[in-house]
Amino acid sequence: MEASRQAGASKSSRRTFLELFLGSSIVASLVSFLYPVIRYLIPPAAAELGTNTVLAGHVTDVPVNAGKIVPFGQRPALVIHTADGRYIAFIAVCTHLGCTVQYRSDLQQIWCPCHNGIYDLTGRNVSGPPPRPLTPLEVHLRGDAIYLARSSST
Amino acid sequence: MRKLRSLRHWFYERLGGEAVFSFLRKKKVPLHRYSAWYFLGGITLFLFCIQVATGILLLLYYRPTPEEAFESVRYITAQVPFGWLVRSIHAWAANLMILFLLAHMFSVAFLRAYRRPRELTWLSGVVLLALVLTFGFSGYLLPWNTLAFFATTVGTNLIGQIPWVGHWLMVFLRGGQDVTGATLTRFFALHVALLPALATGFLLLHLFLVQIFGISLPPSIEAEWEAQPERRKEIAFFPDFMARELMAWYVALGLLGTLAAFRPWSLGTKADPFAPAPAGIRPEWYFMFVFQTLKILPAYIGPLTGEAVGVMAFGLAALLWALLPFFDRQAQGRRARWMTGVILFALGYISAMTLYGYWAAR
Amino acid sequence: MWVGLSLWLMVPPVVSAQNAPNSCLDCHQQLDPPLQVTPESWMGSIHQQKGLSCISCHGGDPSSTDPAEAMSPARGFRGHLSRRDIPKLCADCHSRAEYMRRFNPSLRTDQYAQYLTSTHGKLLEHGDQRVAVCTDCHGVHDIRAPTDPRSPVYPLNVARTCARCHADAAYMKPYHIPTDQFASYTASVHYQQLVNAGDLSAPTCVTCHGSHGAVPPGVTSVVNVCSTCHVFQAQLFERSPHRAAFEQMQLPGCVTCHGNHRIVHPTDTFVGTGSESVCVRCHAPGDPGYNAAATIAAHLSQLVTDIDRSAQLLNQAARSGVEVSEAQLELGQARDALMKARVAVHSFDVTTVDQNIQAGLEITRRTYRAGLDALAELRYRRRGLAVSLVTIACVLAGLWLWIRRSHSLSHAKED
Repeated sequence: MEASRQAGASKSSRRTFLELFLGSSIVASLVSFLYPVIRYLIPPAAAELGTNTVLAGHVTDVPVNAGKIVPFGQRPALVIHTADGRYIAFIAVCTHLGCTVQYRSDLQQIWCPCHNGIYDLTGRNVSGPPPRPLTPLEVHLRGDAIYLARSSST
Repeated sequence: MRKLRSLRHWFYERLGGEAVFSFLRKKKVPLHRYSAWYFLGGITLFLFCIQVATGILLLLYYRPTPEEAFESVRYITAQVPFGWLVRSIHAWAANLMILFLLAHMFSVAFLRAYRRPRELTWLSGVVLLALVLTFGFSGYLLPWNTLAFFATTVGTNLIGQIPWVGHWLMVFLRGGQDVTGATLTRFFALHVALLPALATGFLLLHLFLVQIFGISLPPSIEAEWEAQPERRKEIAFFPDFMARELMAWYVALGLLGTLAAFRPWSLGTKADPFAPAPAGIRPEWYFMFVFQTLKILPAYIGPLTGEAVGVMAFGLAALLWALLPFFDRQAQGRRARWMTGVILFALGYISAMTLYGYWAAR
Repeated sequence: MWVGLSLWLMVPPVVSAQNAPNSCLDCHQQLDPPLQVTPESWMGSIHQQKGLSCISCHGGDPSSTDPAEAMSPARGFRGHLSRRDIPKLCADCHSRAEYMRRFNPSLRTDQYAQYLTSTHGKLLEHGDQRVAVCTDCHGVHDIRAPTDPRSPVYPLNVARTCARCHADAAYMKPYHIPTDQFASYTASVHYQQLVNAGDLSAPTCVTCHGSHGAVPPGVTSVVNVCSTCHVFQAQLFERSPHRAAFEQMQLPGCVTCHGNHRIVHPTDTFVGTGSESVCVRCHAPGDPGYNAAATIAAHLSQLVTDIDRSAQLLNQAARSGVEVSEAQLELGQARDALMKARVAVHSFDVTTVDQNIQAGLEITRRTYRAGLDALAELRYRRRGLAVSLVTIACVLAGLWLWIRRSHSLSHAKED
C-alpha cells in the first residue's frame, strides 16, 4: 500500500515534470516562431523600394554648376545643379557602351570619358558615338532634400 | 493558476466547449498498419494554414504592379527583417503542400476511403486539389520574374487550346491578349481573395464531412476486424491522435525552416515582356507531367491540334478521377482489383512523366 | 492621296528618263561582261533614282537602236572613259555646289579637291592608272548612297573595299608598302566593335585615313587621329614625359605601343615589367620609367585582385540567399575606377594612376565589408534556425514521451 502510494507520488511528479517540460518546450518553440514574425511586422528604416523614387541627397551636396552620382535602383543616376540654378537628373549610363557619364562644369554638358561622347543638358546626344539620349529622371525638392523619380512620360 | 483556470472555464462555457469537447473525446481513430497514412490530410491542412499566415505577412509589403512587384519581393528578402524567411517558407510550403496533398489523395484512393457515404468528401477534395493547383499557378507569377512570366505565357497558351471556350478563357485569365500587368492584377486578386474564399468554403465542407463520417477503414482491415474483433484497436482523436499529428506538424516546421535557411528561394531576374523567351522554360514540377505529355503529342491529331487533344484528354481524366467513387460500387469490404490498377496507373503516369520531363530538359 | 501627289511631283525627271527609250540598256544588258549592264544593277543606282541616265556620263543617243548612231561622237558619245579621266568626270557634277544643291543640298562637294591631295590622286596625276578612282570604291552602274548597307562604302563594308587592292600582295608589289593591314584590322577591337557589336561609330579605314583625301596619318599627327575618340588618353599623353621623348625619337604617339591596325584590347600585362609589357621595349631595369611601370602594374593588379575578392565573396553570399545587390552595384563603381586607372596609365605617372586606384580600393574595402556582413547574416540565420530546431526537438521529445506515457497508462487501465 505504502509502496504503491510512493510509486503513485513519484509517477505524478514525473507526470508533472513531463507536462512542464512539454509545456515550456511548446512555449519556447512558439517564441522562436513569433520572434521573426514580430520583427517582420515592424517597418524597416528604408520605407521605399528605392527604384521609383530615391532620395538623392541634399541641396548642400550639389553646389552650383556641379553634378553628383547617386544610386537609383540598380543603376547610377546623375544629379546636376545647373549654372542657372535648376536641378536636373538622368540615368547616368552612357547609351554607347554603358560607361558612367559625368557632368563637366567647364563644358556645362554631360560627358562620357570612355569615347568622348557628349550630351547636352536635356540629355540629348550631341557629339561622339552615343546613339541615343540619356534617360531623364524627375527631380523633386522637399525642403532641402532632393528626390529623383522615374519620369512618368517614359 | 486558479485565475487562469477560471478564465479558461469562462470561455469554455461561452464557446460551446461542452459540445465540442464531448464530440472530440468520442471521435476515434482506428490503429492498424495503414494508420500512418491518416496523417497526410492533417499535414496538408497545416501547410495550408502556414500559407495563409505567411501569405498575409507577405501582403504587408508586396506591391502587385509590373513596375514594383519584383522590387517589392527583393525588398522583402533584403530589407525586411526575416523577410527572407517568410518568403522562402511561403514558396517551400506551397510545394510541400501540393506534394502532401497528392500523397493524401492517392492514399485515400488506395485505401478506398471515398466509398459510400464519403463520395462528397472525395469530390470536395478534388475541388480543393483544383483550387490548390490554381493557387500555385497564380502565385508563381506574382514575383514577376522572367521564368514566371514565360511559364504563365506558356500555361495560359495551353488553356487557350481548349476547343470553343479556350480562347475566351485565356483572354479572361490574362486580362487581355497577352500576359501584361493586367494579368498580374488578376492573378493577384485570384490568389489573395477569390481562391482563399473558395478554398475556405470547400475546406470547411471537407473537414465537416470528415468529422461527421469519422475516419474510414480500408476494406482489408474491415474484413480482418470483422473476422477477429479482438484485433480492433482505436485511439481517441483528442488528445492522442492530435499529439501524434502535432509531432508531424513540428517536423514539418523544422523542415520548412531548414529549407528556408539552406535552400532559399531565388529571386530570378525581373521580367521583360519585350525580351525573347529564354531557353528551357518549364513549369513547376506539379504541372510537369501535363507539360511533358503535351510536348510529346504530335502536332495534329485529326482536325485538332495535338495540344487541344491533350488538354481535353486531361480534362476528361480529371472528370473521371472526380467521379471515381461512382465507379467503385462494390459492397463495403470488397474492393475491385481493377480500381487499384487504375489508381496505380494514374500515380505511375504522373511520376514517370514528371521524371521524364526533367530528364529531357537537362 | 497626298503621298501619291507628292510622289508624283517628285517623279517628273524619273518618269521622263524612264519612259524615254533607252537603247543603251536594251543592248548592253544582253552583252557579256565587262560591257554588260543589267537593268537590276542600274535600277539600284542612286543616279538612276535621281533621274540621270546613261548619257549623263557617257553621252550618245539613247533613242537610236543603230549602234553607230547611238554611240557616235557627233551625238556626244564620250567613248570608253579612261581611268585617268574618271575623277574629273564625276567632279563635273559632284564638285559644283549649285548643281548638287538640286539633288541633295547637304552633300559635300569637295571630294575631288580632297582626292587631289590624296596618295591615290597624286599617283594618278603622275600617270599611275592602277590606283583607286571613284568607281573602284563606289561602284560603276550600281552606285548607292554610303548609308545604304549594300554600298561598298557603307561603314561595315569599307575595310573589305580597301582590302581589294591593299591586301593583294601581287597587286601592291610596285608600291613597297605592307599588305597586312586588313588582316591586322580584322583582328582588332575596332573591327570587333564594328562588325560584331554593330556599332557604326567604331573606326574603319576611312575614319583614320580619310576617304577621298586618303593619306596615312603622319608620325606627328596620328595622336590627333586617335584623340578624336580617345580624348582622355591623348590629353594625359600630351602632358606626359613620353610626348617629348617620342617627338625626339620621331616615334608616333599611340601607335608605338598599341599598333595602328591590329589594335587589340590591352590587358594589364601590357603595362609593367613582364615579358609581354611594352614598357620594357625601351626601359631598362633601374631607370625611373622602369620603376614607374613596375609600381603602376603592381597597383593595378592589386585593385583587380581586390575587386575579384569582393566579387567572389558577394557571389557566395548571393548564392546562399543573402541579398547583396546594392553592394554588387557599388562594386561596379570600383570597376569604373579600375577603368579610369587604366586610362590614367597614359600619364605614365604613378600619382595620377594612384588617385583612381585609391578610389577603387576604398570602394572594394566597403564592398568586402558588405560581403563579410552578408556572411555574418548567413551565420546568424543558421544560428537562429539551430535555436528553433532545438525547441522543436524538445517539443518532439516531450510529445513522444507524453504519448508513450498515455499509451502505457491506457494499457495499465486495461489490465
